[in-house]
Parts: sequence; C-alpha cells; structure tokens
Amino acid sequence: MTLFAIGSLGVLLRRSPLIILLSVEIMLNGANLALIAFARRLGHEDGQVFALAVMAVAASEVVVGLGLIVAMGRRKLELDVDKFRTLRG
Amino acid sequence: MAANVLVWIVWVVAAFACLASALAVVSFRNPFFSALALIGNLASLAVLYLLLGGEFVAAAQVLVYGGAVMVMFLFVIAYLGDKTEEAPWAGGPSWQAIGTVLAAGAVLVEVIVAIGLTTGGELSREHHIARSFGSPASIGRLFLTDHLLAFEITSIVLLVAAVGGVVLGHHARAIDSLRLPGPGATDART
Repeated sequence: MTLFAIGSLGVLLRRSPLIILLSVEIMLNGANLALIAFARRLGHEDGQVFALAVMAVAASEVVVGLGLIVAMGRRKLELDVDKFRTLRG
Repeated sequence: MAANVLVWIVWVVAAFACLASALAVVSFRNPFFSALALIGNLASLAVLYLLLGGEFVAAAQVLVYGGAVMVMFLFVIAYLGDKTEEAPWAGGPSWQAIGTVLAAGAVLVEVIVAIGLTTGGELSREHHIARSFGSPASIGRLFLTDHLLAFEITSIVLLVAAVGGVVLGHHARAIDSLRLPGPGATDART
C-alpha cells in the first residue's frame, strides 16, 4: 500500500513520461503484492491468478506507453507531459 | 526456530529494499537510474512473493518484469538519449507538490482504513495452507478451470497490445520519412 502511494506520488509529481510509466509499474506492483499477501492469508490461490492477469495487463500497458514515447521522441517533441495540451486528429 | 528468524530477517531486508528502491525510482534525476532502481524493486518484490508462497508468480515476475519489460524500458531510454533529464522535483509550483503529497497520503490512509473495516478480525486467523500452494501445477489448474475466461481475455489483451505497438511504431516511421520539421507540422500526419 505504501508502494502504491509512492507510485501515485511519482505519477502526479514528475513530468517526464518515462518516469510516469515507471511509477505506474510501481503502483501495479503494490496492488499485486497486496493480492498475493491476501491470497496467502485467506488460503485461496485465486489472488495469485489475478496477480498474473495484472502482470499481463501491465506488460501490454508498457508496450503501448513506450510506443507513444518513442513516437514522441522521433518527432523531436520535448518529453514533458505539461506541454501536451492539445489533441489533434 | 532458527528458520523462522531467518525468514523474518529476509522479509525485513526485502521489504525495506522494496520501499527504498521505489522511493529511488520516483526521486532519481536520470530515467536510466530510475529504471535500474525499478529492477531492484522488482527483484525484492519477487523475494516477498516467494516468502508469501507464490512460487510461480515470483518466477513470472522475474521473467516478465525483470526480463522483458525492463529490457524494453532500458532500450527506449537509451534510444531517446539524455534529452529527458529534468530537475527531480520540478512538478510546477510548490503548492502543487504539497497537494500531491497530501493526496498520496490520503489514499494510503483510506486504503488501510477500508481494508481494516471490511475484513475485521478475519485476517488474524491463519488459514490452512496446503503444501502445493502457489505451485505452477495448481496455478495452471486454476487458470484452465475456474478462470478460463480471464485466461482467454488476457491473451486477447496481449494481442491487441502487440497490434497497438506495431501501429504506433509504423506511424512514427511514416512521420520520419516525411521529414517533418517539428511540432508545428502535426496536421500533415493523417
């Protein structure tokens, strides 16, 4: 839970999209740790199954997020999320 | 008795390494060092998973996160170079930083209180743990019987993510070949 709080701190406080992605990973890992701890405590294995599903979702999120960052970097944009304010189709 | 003390020591070391490396990820200036700290975080989390009886999850953690995901992160950071450097706590004005810390603390307290209220005294009772708890065989059996739908949906999510990564990379390449001068020329993308 503290891990989740630290991760959310990173998401809100940093401006580099790379660091934000790393912080999202920390948040997901905090949730995973809680799932596995409660799975152990309650004697069910379902929590571990769900943690594996969370891992798969985290991997796909990283793929899409890093693809976006690479696309930004190739267009020589400054990597600062405060500067991305407009959406254009 | 000695084994219990050993487990306790390993748990304390792994937990503190986990928290310290998470703080390091958030506060390092260079994204490369942040990624390295995240590797340490993931490794200590894998140790915690092992202590909690999740052998298969710990192995998957090391393989998926420590292997695949972190290699991709480091590759992208090396590809982008050190353009992404920034001052460590440059999140705008200071009231914004204070509000962020307060919000994170509020979320932490809220989660702890919610868990404490909903579970009550149930958590203080140790349940029986079978010897095969968390082994690959039992996890796989659960995945293919009780959670078959989640398993299949996970495969579809991974497929969609792979397609999305390819599409994003393709767009970036097309923009490269157009030799657009910079941020001002975004309209020509479509």
